[in-house]
Amino acid sequence: MSDSQKAPSRGLVDVRDLSVEFGELRAVDGLSFRLERGAALALVGESGSGKSTVASALLGLHRGTGARVGGSVTVAGVDVRQASDDALRRLRGAKAAMVFQDPLSSLDPYYAIGDQIAEVYRVHTRASRRAARARAVDVLDRVGIPDAARRSRSRPHEFSGGMRQRALIAMALACEPELLIADEPTTALDVTVQAQILDLLHTLREETGMGLLLVTHDVGVAAESVDEVLVMRHGRVVEHGPVKAVLRAPAQPYTRELLAAVPRVDAPRAPSQTSGEVVLEATGLRREFGRGKRAFAAVDDVSVTVRRGETLGIVGESGSGKTTLGRMLVGLLEPTAGEVRFEGHARVGVRPSVQMVFQDPVSSLNPRRSVGESIADPLRARGERDEQSVRGRVAELLERVGLEAAHYDRYPHEFSGGQRQRVGIARALAADPRVIVCDEPVSALDVTTQAQVVALLGELQRELGLALVFVAHDLAVVRQVSDRIAVMRRGRLVESGPSDEVYDNPRDPYTKQLLAAVPALDPEVAARRRATRREPAVT
Amino acid sequence: MNGLGGFLLRRVLGAVVTLFAISVIIYVVFYVTPGNVAQITCGPRCSPAQVQQVAEQLHLSDPLYVRYWHFLQGIVVGQDYSTGTSVQHCSAPCLGLSYQSDQQVTRLILAKLPVSLSLVFGAMVLWLILGVGTGVLSAWRRGRLTERLLTGVTLVGVATPVFVIGLVLMIVVCGELELLPFPQYVALTDDPEQWAWNLLLPWLSLALIEAAAFARLTRASMLETLAEDHIRTFRAYGVGERSIIGRHALRGAFAPVIALNANNFGGAVGGAVLTETLFGLPGIGQEMVHAVNVVDLPVVVGMVLVIGFFVVVANAVADVLYAVADRRVVLT
Repeated sequence: MSDSQKAPSRGLVDVRDLSVEFGELRAVDGLSFRLERGAALALVGESGSGKSTVASALLGLHRGTGARVGGSVTVAGVDVRQASDDALRRLRGAKAAMVFQDPLSSLDPYYAIGDQIAEVYRVHTRASRRAARARAVDVLDRVGIPDAARRSRSRPHEFSGGMRQRALIAMALACEPELLIADEPTTALDVTVQAQILDLLHTLREETGMGLLLVTHDVGVAAESVDEVLVMRHGRVVEHGPVKAVLRAPAQPYTRELLAAVPRVDAPRAPSQTSGEVVLEATGLRREFGRGKRAFAAVDDVSVTVRRGETLGIVGESGSGKTTLGRMLVGLLEPTAGEVRFEGHARVGVRPSVQMVFQDPVSSLNPRRSVGESIADPLRARGERDEQSVRGRVAELLERVGLEAAHYDRYPHEFSGGQRQRVGIARALAADPRVIVCDEPVSALDVTTQAQVVALLGELQRELGLALVFVAHDLAVVRQVSDRIAVMRRGRLVESGPSDEVYDNPRDPYTKQLLAAVPALDPEVAARRRATRREPAVT
Repeated sequence: MNGLGGFLLRRVLGAVVTLFAISVIIYVVFYVTPGNVAQITCGPRCSPAQVQQVAEQLHLSDPLYVRYWHFLQGIVVGQDYSTGTSVQHCSAPCLGLSYQSDQQVTRLILAKLPVSLSLVFGAMVLWLILGVGTGVLSAWRRGRLTERLLTGVTLVGVATPVFVIGLVLMIVVCGELELLPFPQYVALTDDPEQWAWNLLLPWLSLALIEAAAFARLTRASMLETLAEDHIRTFRAYGVGERSIIGRHALRGAFAPVIALNANNFGGAVGGAVLTETLFGLPGIGQEMVHAVNVVDLPVVVGMVLVIGFFVVVANAVADVLYAVADRRVVLT
């Protein structure tokens, strides 16, 4: 702390006693840190910790929004709080550039990507239109967009998620900034694409010497990319230090808790008690969408079995058909070919014995009905008319998933994400199911909440002898919960088997590639993995 | 069929199908009315012999689909009407005969159409400039005095009936200040300059009312776009407010403005009755009101069809413009 008094901010970023308030809410509370030129720092924290607010404050993005900012922020020699609007504009994009989380919504849908990059370049350089356009093609090529000159004329919707994120990074590179601020740059991406983007950021940093401020909720992403970590909670610093020290020997209890909650892809799991009796069996499932020339098979010839008391994990990247498969297992979608048998009998339509827990706990609950009513739906659908017994059963279910019976009359918005997912689980349980298909049940949750919900599912499974189908893109979470794994790619099953076998000795090259892309919590392991990833990948 | 070409083709086919459906519905609604259709069509002063003649010309003894077929045939290839002694040829597009005024409906409409189109086209140009301009200004100056003033003005605009604005304009401009003579319709083909001067006040009064809606819509769509992530991106890259408003946010208001414009343009061709009446413009709207009052069935049917035609065409044009502006539309 003593050097902060004598050195008058020669570093790239100097934040002192930063506070940001939105009305009554204090999002950032007395935060200080420094970032030297060329260094990389990760702000790590759960949602609501204020990490993204800090990133916005570095570019003065709170100006004019009604947020109250206190303390001092200096970036590349510019005092962000005192600078004039013009000075601030010259900082933004030219000296410090930001890469946002959702690359689709972060680009203007109406203009060609090359034009958007050229526009930013012209704002800062007064270059001619032609020169700016050429620069755009340059940087797009630099971030690995194939055939950049032609693709620069595409609009954002014509790019894949990974390419959009590359395009945003290209925009950031256009003016050769000294600092790159990346706000959850890979959260919306698949694990293999995430690895590519993190590798790209790493290479760019090696080559240009720019500083990096990475904002992420994912400790693994931080371990892959930075030298220093700053753990945030409730707008304050919890722990700040070199990445190896913080991740290997965290000093603070909160950091330890956070790290303990992170699912490990390399940790085996105690097997569930299974009787071996098959409850759900799908054979040769195929599902097509679209007609004529546009028809494609989202799921193609997939067979899986689920036994009583065990968990089948289905992993795959977006578009692999895992959600479609899950929906067919529940009966929400009819297969184009193949059949689903429940306890040996062919099944058509949705049955109470196979229930579903959905990904988004916000949109899968009706906001205008109390959670008790939502949970009571399956009971009433089954013909239960006695109000007293409905209420009683719902109260029981609420308590069963760790909520209170008195929550019956509350509405979804009064609950946190994790609590809402518990409501979703209670609703699935209301029908007394034998099988629950969980479609990405924890991907919208913070790691600590995620761990709690996963623990709840495990507990329910043991007590009720449920069979679970756990559909997710996060390989670590899936390993944590599953006895057997099915890996999907482009609608097909590429590999399946007991989870330890699949994870420790993957046979299919695609499974190997997926596993190699999972961020490691140990920076050294991460560096080794990065080296292996540079070997040619499967396409 | 992919790409813009395929989209155009699909859209034009869609418009044709819609027009066809409209014609069926209108025909059924008006000609399957209870009561003696021939008597109604011919008018109250017709003798039984005349009614009988009309009934024959309308093929009332034939089943409905045959009658509709004759009606459609008239529109596409024309039709001959016999009045006992002579035969009157009604060339395509023939919308029938007004027995009350003894005129062909098509000719009647063609005489009024230039007036209505002159009024609505001119007003449209004005309402787009005024409305979108005001909307952009209030989105840009959001939260400031300018915006509050503009919001107030547009609210008054939305709430004021056209005859109040029109009357006030006329009294002030023509009566008090004597800047313009009281408007009197002059055809564009006769004297373009007089045409414009005489239509200036009708344009203004129709445009002021419509502009208010466009201003509010533009402002709302722009504010919505301004809250989107990609606007944040360009702010974070130091792009100036002028460019953010004029280049990125305005583009988001394009689609809803085009859609509203299509509806309002189509609607105003037949619906600007008050403006037409106030300024003595012999347009479609006035004629329509007259035809309804005297229950001149062929004229009403013909006019409703023509107005429907303009609404459908305006919407098709809007969709095509929309697709040219945002290629994602073509994909769906």
